[in-house]
Amino acid sequence: MELKLPIYLDNNATTPMDPRVLEAMLPYFTENFGNAASRNHSFGWVAEEAVDYAREQVAKLINADPKEIIFTSGATEADNLAIKGVYEMYATKGNHIITCTTEHKAVLDTCKHIEKTGGQVTYLAVQADGLIDLHELEKAITPKTVLISIMYGNNETGVIQPIREISKIARKHGVLLFTDATQAVGKIPVDVNADGIDLMAFSAHKMYGPKGVGALYVRRKNPRVKVTSQMDGGGHERGMRSGTLNVPAIVGFGKACEICMNEMATESVRLSAMRDRLENALLELEETYVNGNREHRLPHVANISFKYVEGEGLMMGFNKNIALSSGSACTSASLEPSYVLKALGLGDDLAHSSLRFGLGRFTTDEQIDFTINAVKSTVLKLREMSPLWEMFKEGVDINAIEWAHH
Amino acid sequence: MAYSDKVIDHYSNPKNVGTLDKSKTSVGTGLVGAPECGDVMRLQIEVDQESGLIKDAKFKTFGCGSAIASSSLATEWLKGKTVDQALEIDNMDIVEELNLPPVKIHCSVLAEDAIKAAINDYRVKNGLPELVAEKKGH
Repeated sequence: MELKLPIYLDNNATTPMDPRVLEAMLPYFTENFGNAASRNHSFGWVAEEAVDYAREQVAKLINADPKEIIFTSGATEADNLAIKGVYEMYATKGNHIITCTTEHKAVLDTCKHIEKTGGQVTYLAVQADGLIDLHELEKAITPKTVLISIMYGNNETGVIQPIREISKIARKHGVLLFTDATQAVGKIPVDVNADGIDLMAFSAHKMYGPKGVGALYVRRKNPRVKVTSQMDGGGHERGMRSGTLNVPAIVGFGKACEICMNEMATESVRLSAMRDRLENALLELEETYVNGNREHRLPHVANISFKYVEGEGLMMGFNKNIALSSGSACTSASLEPSYVLKALGLGDDLAHSSLRFGLGRFTTDEQIDFTINAVKSTVLKLREMSPLWEMFKEGVDINAIEWAHH
Repeated sequence: MAYSDKVIDHYSNPKNVGTLDKSKTSVGTGLVGAPECGDVMRLQIEVDQESGLIKDAKFKTFGCGSAIASSSLATEWLKGKTVDQALEIDNMDIVEELNLPPVKIHCSVLAEDAIKAAINDYRVKNGLPELVAEKKGH
């Protein structure tokens, strides 16, 4: 088969929709267009039935009860609802939240918002491999702590936090555990009961479903968890999230979950084998480093720093043919590189030199071969052009130079 | 963000990548930027002692495509100019030539700084006073 370009290796940003998902959705745009809240006619009943079925598909993937699934517009909304909702609902118990520095902005910025309204937030540092220190977590808990918010798998490095151990600590102290599992659900087995999760955010478009739909899992038993709604309206989703349900997207979300449920076991083996092959081939280059813990990691993610070349310049060598992301933020107004990589203790120079490879369901071996060659040859070419590489080769201590910061 | 054709051309076929012998009196070397900022440029000129013309210019750059293109273009412009003429190269000329977007203007400023640093290094080596460059914010 001829290789079709460009190659998409940015599946942590979003995934293409599986054609089977689209097929399931299509009738719900046209003939089955009813409002799932219309109780008095067949259009409404058909829509409601479709939503109920999707809710079961979604719940099954994470071993939850369908009643514990609150549909939202995506993971960002679910993050907001979980954190603000718990903070407000449990205000009489306390006002302290614990999270960590490598969380997604949807969590970090929500926590900052809470601080502005008088709440207390502890941002745990991570270790060099990206994992949080469980002792630090336990030490941070106070009688005022109402919520621990730690992500399941990191979007930049793929590092998987020890959610079960975190849950044990949370349970021991009677604190609720929320996890943003956007990158993990559908990629690795996530079981809200075995993992001891009280609230969990995830999104359809990271698992081959449509954009604009996600869910918040809210535990109903042991303990029964409640969140204060963040939008007023018709009282949909057990009063926690008002707004007419996005029926076609929810149907697609359900189908996407069902496919992940059936195919995850084989897909994750295939993806991790391809990822490892890509990673090992690139690590043959000198001064090349994997960012984050390689054991506790999502199967489809590789984050690699190529020292002495800059990430954006590197991507330019092949971005006509390969789509991926860099930890360099040369285009952003701040010129600040990835805060996640910096939280792992990487210097700005290594953070600027990183690429994130996000493989997916439709990634092929041919695409990986092409990527290995393209990245390797660009790194070599740019190193020939890099004054830092020349200094490194001559044994000059680059850190000893007094750089003119600008 | 899409790059202009000229940036892509300089990136794909950079002009004058390389290293001149920095111990020579006729060679001036400028090293500007910082690894933490994501760009470092080293620009070198070699001056023909008789004619006073820049007979060769080389660069090596760690940075994004625009930084590489800015330094590549600068070396092209330097060749054949006198040192005084070289001082007149303004970063906005580079911005214009390469169609750099506002977020990439700092790359052109860095290139101008590299030119000035190389010239100063040459001047000092040849017993001339260092020029104090007006500081451009970046």
